[in-house]
Amino acid sequence: MKSKDYLKDITEIKTLMNKSSRFISLSGLSGIMAGVYAIIGAAIAYYLVTNYSYGTLILDGKIFRLVLLDLILVAFFSIVTAIVLTTKKANKNGAKIWDTTSQRLVVNFLIPLVVGGLYILIILNQQKYGQAGALMLIFYGLALVNASKYSIGDIRYLGYIQLVLGLIGAAFPGYGFWLWVLGFGVMHIVYGTWMYFKYDLE
Amino acid sequence: MSLINNINKVFDHRIRLGIMSVLMVNEYADFNMLKELLDVTDGNLASHTKALEAAKYIHVEKQFIGRKPNTRYTTSKLGELEFKKHIDALEKLINKH
Repeated sequence: MKSKDYLKDITEIKTLMNKSSRFISLSGLSGIMAGVYAIIGAAIAYYLVTNYSYGTLILDGKIFRLVLLDLILVAFFSIVTAIVLTTKKANKNGAKIWDTTSQRLVVNFLIPLVVGGLYILIILNQQKYGQAGALMLIFYGLALVNASKYSIGDIRYLGYIQLVLGLIGAAFPGYGFWLWVLGFGVMHIVYGTWMYFKYDLE
Repeated sequence: MSLINNINKVFDHRIRLGIMSVLMVNEYADFNMLKELLDVTDGNLASHTKALEAAKYIHVEKQFIGRKPNTRYTTSKLGELEFKKHIDALEKLINKH
């Protein structure tokens, strides 16, 4: 064998290692859309709270339930968009959407996220809602860092940013809402755009 | 001479190298996963996994998932060591030229 063949061997080894352990068909566009949904959702929540609830949230009030519904819709549309656009990208790449790599990615992403979501619901039930925004950012950040081992490594940095924003939000609960908008809205758009130009346009 | 000695004859094949690459970064892989990743026929893959098993570089574990037979492969300590040695030797050869 010539050195050219050896080089080809090494390249192939690296490709196989990546392909077999990471799901890389995540769509950058879906990140942008998630950010847009988050900002629209936040605007609706802001409007509801300032106009109908005198700027405060009463936990068992109607407005609170509407805000919760608003949040669920944002999550729902973000997930559906991510699934649709990622499936499209995977098909284009000739990759399977539901294989070992994507299953592992989803499981590792969901563990911190589901635990966090349940924890937030539990403390909301105990009338402690000052930290909800910060906790969402923190658990989402942990989910991203955890998932980055099984996907495009770059999502780790989005995770770090969410963690920092979450901790700031925990220290200054008054800014929780705006940090949430920054983390889930603006950062998703910035990050999604970056990913779109880095990976999607190839 | 020592460089050439580290090039492992067992790995001197694209598919065997591929099997080892997948197993190095995954806890385990089953037959179908390897088949899809390497894009080979059943018979071809089976003969190469047998060769690696004979060299004691991989462990083979047969089990049932529900009613379907499933064959799982994992690397052995020896296999990991030999694979690393082989890669080092490849890289040295490339850098020499």
